Amino acid sequence: MEFQGRTWKFGADVDTDAIIPARYLNTSDPGELAKHCMEDADPEFPNKVRPGDIIIAGKNFGCGSSREHAPICLKAAGVSCVIAKSFARIFYRNSFNIGLPILESPQAVDGIDEGDEVKVDVNNGVIYNLTKGTSFKSTAIPPFMQELIDAGGLINFVRRRLKG
Amino acid sequence: MGMTITEKILAAHAGREHVEPGELINCKVDIVLGNDITAPVAIREFEKIGVPDVFDKEKVVLIPDHFTPNKDIKSAEQAKLMRDFAKKHGLTNYFEVGRMGIEHCLLPEQGIVLPGDVVIGADSHTCTYGALGAFSTGVGSTDMAAGMASGEVWFKVPESIKFVFNGEQLNEWVSGKDLILYAIGDIGVDGALYEAMEFTGPAIRSLSMDGRFTMANMAIEAGGKNGIIAPDEVTMEYIKSRAKRPYKLYTSDDDAKYERVIEYDVADIEPQVAFPHLPENTKPISEVGTVEIDQSIIGSCTNGRIEDLRIAAKVLQGHKVHPDVRLVIFPGTQEIYKQAMKEGLIELFIDAGGAVSTPTCGPCLGGHMGILAKGERSISTTNRNFVGRMGHPESEIYLSNPAVAAASAILGRIAGPKEVE
Ligand code: SF4
Repeated sequence: MEFQGRTWKFGADVDTDAIIPARYLNTSDPGELAKHCMEDADPEFPNKVRPGDIIIAGKNFGCGSSREHAPICLKAAGVSCVIAKSFARIFYRNSFNIGLPILESPQAVDGIDEGDEVKVDVNNGVIYNLTKGTSFKSTAIPPFMQELIDAGGLINFVRRRLKG
Repeated sequence: MGMTITEKILAAHAGREHVEPGELINCKVDIVLGNDITAPVAIREFEKIGVPDVFDKEKVVLIPDHFTPNKDIKSAEQAKLMRDFAKKHGLTNYFEVGRMGIEHCLLPEQGIVLPGDVVIGADSHTCTYGALGAFSTGVGSTDMAAGMASGEVWFKVPESIKFVFNGEQLNEWVSGKDLILYAIGDIGVDGALYEAMEFTGPAIRSLSMDGRFTMANMAIEAGGKNGIIAPDEVTMEYIKSRAKRPYKLYTSDDDAKYERVIEYDVADIEPQVAFPHLPENTKPISEVGTVEIDQSIIGSCTNGRIEDLRIAAKVLQGHKVHPDVRLVIFPGTQEIYKQAMKEGLIELFIDAGGAVSTPTCGPCLGGHMGILAKGERSISTTNRNFVGRMGHPESEIYLSNPAVAAASAILGRIAGPKEVE
């Protein structure tokens, strides 16, 4: 799996209320949610983001609530991948479960400025900063998680198991 | 090598003698929980799996508590989707408006979660039940869907951090909320990322069950996977009249391995206030300075239990809410509401000038029933003070225990209860 896109950079501890404020959770429609994606962190984000864009963030990205609406709205807004110094655990689970690729790499986060063009090789965990001509290694994805990705998310994985 | 209580419960549910931190395991679950925000997403995913029924109709629990009583048409549609699903699958543990409560107050109260259980909930504060000596953690809607279909869930066995609270006697007006805020202030909002937070020590042993729920509730605010307190006489007294099925008591071995051991002396802990916009921004009440407030919220799954209401009432007794402040009180469940009525607390709150609401998450997540306007400030006994959590992105939330929230409502600025005595 490979992605390439422009980057948007955020700080540490971006919480799920910043990714999708609870006041919009009276719907679970991905398209509706995408209209408010990241708006409490950057009100212009929903207008600026383009399909394929990549989010770069500090430590503990996605902390706070268990709402799957957070990775869902990022995906629906066109974000192809999130690279952070670390992720909050429920956000981490949810992203794998719904198939939003996320990578942990403190070096990459420090070595990428907003607007840089970045290419990500998810399977090998390599991040290329095409603007600066540098590359970074991300924390390896555990084999089980790789299985989830290969199955196309947890639902397919469970469906196969229950039918098998 | 010994095991921690968390490892023992996970091993037992994975059909294993032993588990090690870092292992990925598949566990049987005792309870799968969802609410009116997360269940609709889970139900859609459940349908995709294509099994006719949930794995066990007594073990899937659905509670409309976030935007209920329905705040608008969209939330009514979501609640209906969940209600219809509960009916279709004959779920015994669906709690309708009027018979419900905030999920994390309701499940322990109804004896639905018990010591030794593995519980997953599509709500981050599912970690609350760790106070009973259960392994309980928040997951997403897709995990919930998979859990409803299969009765199983995958976990990475977490490392454990042991928090020892030394000292028997808490300082005056200090409660479980202050102990947990103090710990979060110390280790930070990602200080326990992916880890189990085990709370022990003499001060925990003498803490009430309500105080323990408050502590385990906020494990997620330190990034923790679960918070857990080994069961003891206090736990047994609580579940005695509630348990309707067998349960199992686990404790950590003496030679269990911890990633860290952190010790505190409760003599050093005064009432804490977490400043905007992270729960880790704590200060002792004596260092808060002058912070005027527009609203005070008492309730939620963190501090909406009877003990919390009693403390608030004790502070408010004989006082009036400041003319410029809205005090809104949310009992956690109908049982708690009724108990508060019997004890005269509701009348006292209303006489003091407070608004009392039916149980709901309401203002805690900026849903309804107490939203903040631009530039407004609220003190709140809830668990999160993120940007925009309770309303306008430019509003501010300060977290505290119920005594501080009540005293602040009287004085119109953040204050400790000693200032109104
Ligand atoms: S009271 Fe607040 S924190 Fe608790 S479940 Fe409801 S919204 Fe979540």
